Amino acid sequence: MWDYSETVKEHFYNPRNVGAVEDANAIGDVGSLSCGDALRLTLKVNPETEVIEEAGFQTFGCGSAIASSSALTEMIKGKKLDEALEVSNQDIADYLEGLPPEKMHCSVMGREALQAAVANYRGEVWKDDHEEGALICKCFAIEEPLIVDTIKANKLSSVQDVANYTKAGAGCSACHEKIEEILDRELKARGEIFVPNAVRPDLAKEPRTVDASITSEMLAASKKATKPKFTLVQRIQKIEKAIAEVRPTLQADRGDVKLIDVQDKTVFVSLTGACVGCQMAGLTLNGLQQKIMEELGEFVQVVPLSKRQLEEAGL
Amino acid sequence: MTVSGIYFDNNATTKVAPEVLESMLPFFTEQFGNPSSIHQFGNQVGRKINSARCQVQNLIGAEFDSEVIFTSCGTESNATAILSSVKAQPQRKTIITTAVEHPAILAVCDQLDKEGYTVIRLDVDEKGRLDLDTYKRQLNDDVALVTIMWANNETGTIFPVVEMAELASKAGVMFHTDAVQAVGKVPVDLRTTKIDMLSLSGHKLHAPKGIGALYLRRGTRFRPMMRGGHQERGRRAGTENTASIVGLGVAAELAQKRIVAENTTVRGLRDRLENGILSANSHCYVTGDLSNRLPNTCNVAFEYIEGEAILMMLNKKGIAASSGSACTSGSLEPSHVMRAMGIPFTAAHGSIRFSLSYYNTQDEIDRVVSAVPEVISRLRQLSPYWSKEGPLKENAQAFSPTYA
Ligand SMILES: Cc1ncc(COP(=O)(O)O)c(C=O)c1O
Ligand code: FES
Repeated sequence: MWDYSETVKEHFYNPRNVGAVEDANAIGDVGSLSCGDALRLTLKVNPETEVIEEAGFQTFGCGSAIASSSALTEMIKGKKLDEALEVSNQDIADYLEGLPPEKMHCSVMGREALQAAVANYRGEVWKDDHEEGALICKCFAIEEPLIVDTIKANKLSSVQDVANYTKAGAGCSACHEKIEEILDRELKARGEIFVPNAVRPDLAKEPRTVDASITSEMLAASKKATKPKFTLVQRIQKIEKAIAEVRPTLQADRGDVKLIDVQDKTVFVSLTGACVGCQMAGLTLNGLQQKIMEELGEFVQVVPLSKRQLEEAGL
Repeated sequence: MTVSGIYFDNNATTKVAPEVLESMLPFFTEQFGNPSSIHQFGNQVGRKINSARCQVQNLIGAEFDSEVIFTSCGTESNATAILSSVKAQPQRKTIITTAVEHPAILAVCDQLDKEGYTVIRLDVDEKGRLDLDTYKRQLNDDVALVTIMWANNETGTIFPVVEMAELASKAGVMFHTDAVQAVGKVPVDLRTTKIDMLSLSGHKLHAPKGIGALYLRRGTRFRPMMRGGHQERGRRAGTENTASIVGLGVAAELAQKRIVAENTTVRGLRDRLENGILSANSHCYVTGDLSNRLPNTCNVAFEYIEGEAILMMLNKKGIAASSGSACTSGSLEPSHVMRAMGIPFTAAHGSIRFSLSYYNTQDEIDRVVSAVPEVISRLRQLSPYWSKEGPLKENAQAFSPTYA
């Protein structure tokens, strides 16, 4: 069975706040029977203070769906609506001490039910814009729609591109076959041919006109200087500087990033707060990688280390 | 796991029978020789492998012992059969299978599909049955292989493979059956059939995991998947998994002896379990072809709750079963078998498979029957589709989420 954390199991076996809150004034319904999970969140909101006084849930779904619902109600009780809306699906997962990548959508459902309930309270219409699809990359919990959209928006053409933009495929690489299949389809759709084992095209050719800039900037950066022109200490200082620039964004999300080691062109960091699997973390790392490359004027790869890897390395 | 755990998941895997384990141990110690070697160390082992081959031959009623090829598992046997059929008959470009096969068949077919083959996936009705007329119409000279499971792993539904093999043979088409779930549970007598290839797997019949066999009728055109040494007459190269082969032989012999018990005692236990569950719980029903099923399998769909949650609750009570629910596999859709049968979503997500073995007891059945209702009612209390009295009438109005 799944490797559920003790907290997930505890919330599943002893769910908090089960059932509909009587005289609730905010109701959020998401999911459906066909999806295999559905959640109704009922809240009693104090109209004066907008504080959530009571929260109850009814969930049709698997163990982690029930645990996520239970966790959500515990997290938002006593919060003002606006504070409650700050709760992200990652926060729910963190509260539960992590969810398996296949189950991250359960925490997404929780957050969406909350948004729906708040919209209901405020008399607004809430529209779900979260697209769910087949899970492609288990290492980073990345689903097909995100990969497809990113390929389309940025005209990506290699597995490496996809890994750089979405993080999908940047771990164990077991998902590369599936990513290649998506690329093959998407490239065909825009009249190109997917060449799986081509040399990195952006390194071989002049930069193509691409919408987003990471790839071409990478190229520019890597062209500018192939030989590091700084001493090790200088390099580390530059890297720390780049990290300091992205840190506030992460801290706003109650996360943080720390430099662990620099080995040649690889920069090892640890991410805290935000789970390494989260999409935001992927974007953050890309941003960070780009900043460091700008600082150093050379190509580097930023690699996040997991808690376990850090422990194994005694760090 | 607790010692008092109740294991009702024998279609997933079975425990190794004590006799089987016993027979295997010497092959890890003094009988370590390579069966291909000339000297006495190898020689004795070679003889033991041959007797295991005969034991398997007897279980499946093969005419010759050389028709049994040992492989590493059911999955390998399946892949070998399918890939051999297309390699050996390059002019034929169609595969006929069903929509409810095990992934070990479906994924290989899907791959061939991508490579340009035509794959016909026969549909099943609401009880999981095939329509033989549709099947007959698909048989022609372009078909390289018909591959149809003998019994379905989720519902236990048995397909008329003997009859289907006759039809294929008349049309001059090769026939394979994935009998991983059937061998040892229902009588199999291949010499009286037109089945050309059959897959079986050790760990479903109290042999260890990682050993299987492919039956290959003498004269059936064949191309090996693994080439190399002359093991298995060059049809499956690689030094033999001697201990497991010997274990599979003993397990085959045990299974043959127990085939009657399987169809009387085990069937009786299964029926007791099924009737007990159906009468103690509302809004649940058995899926599959009730009158034509493996004697050990019972698949119950519980409405308005989700399978993984049921399994976790059962697990806490020391009961092991399994589910065709999406969430156990990490996808969002219920099992392809439930979908193929058109089981409504209200129930498909909550389908639970109980699969028994020779080693289960009536006491275990009764304990499970009395444990299930609490699990079901607790989860229904959590469900937005359920009120105190039962399912909410007109769900669409009572609970209508923004997106579906
Ligand atoms: C019908 C069927 N075919 C094939 C297999 C795969 O067998 P193995 O695990 O030996 O590869 C299974 C086992 O789950 C099965 O139930
Ligand atoms: S599954 Fe995508 S990198 Fe591991």
